[in-house]
Amino acid sequence: MLSIKNLHAGIEDKDILKGINLEVKAGEVHAIMGPNGSGKSTLSAVIAGNENYEVTDGSVELDGEDLADLAPEERAHKGVFLSFQYPVEIPGVSVTNFMKTAINESRKAKGQEEMPANEMLKLIREKSELLEIDRKFLSRSLNEGFSGGEKKRNEIFQMAMLEPKLAILDETDSGLDIDALRIVANGVNKLKSENNAIIVITHYQRLLDYIVPDFVHVLYNGKIVKSGGKELAYELEEKGYDWIKAEN
Amino acid sequence: MELKEKLISSFMAFEERVDVDSDLHDVRTEAFKNFENKGFPTKKEEAWKYTSLNTILKNDFSVFPKKENAVEFSEVKKYFIHEIDTYKVVFVDGVFSSFLSSTTHDGLDVCLMSSALTKPKYKMVIDEYFNKVANKEESLTSLNTAFAYEGAYINIPRSKVVEKPIEIINFSTGTEAALLVQPRNLIIVGENAHVQIIERHQSLNDNPVLTNSVTEIFVQKRAIVDYYKIQNDNLEASLIDNTYIAQKEQSNASVHTFSFGGNLTRNNLNFYHQGEHIDSTLKGITIIEGKQHVDHYTLVQHATPNCESHQNYKGIFDDKSTGVFNGKIYVEKEAQKTDAFQQNNNILLSDKASINAKPQLEIFADDVKCSHGCTIGQLDEKAMFYMQSRGIPQKEAKALLMYAFSNEVIESIKIPAMKARITKIIAMKLGVNMGFDL
Repeated sequence: MLSIKNLHAGIEDKDILKGINLEVKAGEVHAIMGPNGSGKSTLSAVIAGNENYEVTDGSVELDGEDLADLAPEERAHKGVFLSFQYPVEIPGVSVTNFMKTAINESRKAKGQEEMPANEMLKLIREKSELLEIDRKFLSRSLNEGFSGGEKKRNEIFQMAMLEPKLAILDETDSGLDIDALRIVANGVNKLKSENNAIIVITHYQRLLDYIVPDFVHVLYNGKIVKSGGKELAYELEEKGYDWIKAEN
Repeated sequence: MELKEKLISSFMAFEERVDVDSDLHDVRTEAFKNFENKGFPTKKEEAWKYTSLNTILKNDFSVFPKKENAVEFSEVKKYFIHEIDTYKVVFVDGVFSSFLSSTTHDGLDVCLMSSALTKPKYKMVIDEYFNKVANKEESLTSLNTAFAYEGAYINIPRSKVVEKPIEIINFSTGTEAALLVQPRNLIIVGENAHVQIIERHQSLNDNPVLTNSVTEIFVQKRAIVDYYKIQNDNLEASLIDNTYIAQKEQSNASVHTFSFGGNLTRNNLNFYHQGEHIDSTLKGITIIEGKQHVDHYTLVQHATPNCESHQNYKGIFDDKSTGVFNGKIYVEKEAQKTDAFQQNNNILLSDKASINAKPQLEIFADDVKCSHGCTIGQLDEKAMFYMQSRGIPQKEAKALLMYAFSNEVIESIKIPAMKARITKIIAMKLGVNMGFDL
């Protein structure tokens, strides 16, 4: 589904990703771990199409299609979803209407009719229950004054609404208490299927107790320096990142 | 001939046409003298530092249109809030159009200034209110007063709740190469009465038009007035809007100004408090592009204790457009417990667009709550990426952000059909086809 080959990218003159190779197939969960500053968030931003980052070499393909020339919204229409580490506050736009706009713009791009209002309401109700989100919460301005946990839960709610092919969860566990973590992870697990794939970017192994990865990759200094099964996450938890740094 | 010279000779001709024996004649003559002394304002004056009339005044304006022009309703229907029933006072090139209007004398007066100024039965009202709150020192207001003849005259008796909004619309047809129009409106809202008014100036072709409008509004005790100005004119139309509002105790007056187009627009909006527990609201949305210019010059004169004023102006400027916001709050010594709030937020969408913002607070009372905030910024790039990553295209994301930015002002529009219209105009301005159901 996702095929990253020799990806080099950076911001301004600074190289951050220095040759990433990664294959993700439908139905798989991949975890990308690594110390701060290793390039985890850059990788997610580049896949989602953030224009602040420049791709200098290599490619990112989704189902065989090169994403290089696609705007962030076009990538979203093709099924890429990024759960932000720091979701942006948008005063004046309610959660509900943001979702309505996002879904209908995606449908428009695919040449489909807008989703009928009753269907939309049903979908919103269903998905908000999945994330244990209060109905009142949905009429609030997007992320404005939300707690860290509310923001993250809202990200996964959006993921549930948009049903992406490839979801990248960028440090979704940060700022979550144990209950919120359980709700978020439970939501993600219910959305998991044979047809989609999930990349979990995290610093800690904690989230991986809930969202169990098929593969764990260690990103260090812009490269994937180690890959393995879920046991690699435990090893990292036990030993920390220093041995990775020492080896590289 | 320079416009000022032309106005001097026109004034003599005008005087011959109207009744020179009336008291009104003295008011006009005095006003004209003031204009003659001061002339058109220039950038040397502090109040006109950022707005120049020079280029506009070079047009060879006709002061009186030579012939009456008929306009078909079907041609101009879209400029009315036609979805709902309204009273209408409509002028074409400064001349009343009975065909397009829907006036009344049944329980309230929604009619013509020319009748009010000339018919004996209105004399007492005219003597009491005409030119009483307008600033006699201001030269453009004086110019309007000197030629004051036509406009809307609205008199709502006490305790009357006017059930349908009143639309005051001034069309210009462009049959004159360039036209100067000077509508003069007088609006009196009696004790406990309630009225909603919509004002619009609309040019129907590309010949230059300069409108120098004066509106006086008297809001009596406990009366409520909601006033909406739609300024979405074509690129050759310039507007100087002078509005003066006198409020008595416990009254509530709000003016929303939507400045979406025109060549040059200057809004002089003045509130004067004449009693306690008055509430005044001044809100505006400006969305302009190209080389358009919009200048909001507001004054709230807090002269009495326990009154509130709320100002909230949002501006979005693209291309080389320019904006001015000068908000003056004056709190007199007697005006204790004043609560005055002023906010002005601006977004510049291009490097060449500019806004000059100047909050001006003069406070002479010692127990007041006055606050002001002014921001000038660019579109939030992080928010743009966030929205795009959810599948909302760049143009639509931008529009949604702009709309959200303006929403504080839009949501306080009290006429639903008007709110829908403003939303539609904003969507058109932003080049998107989407319902902003926020």
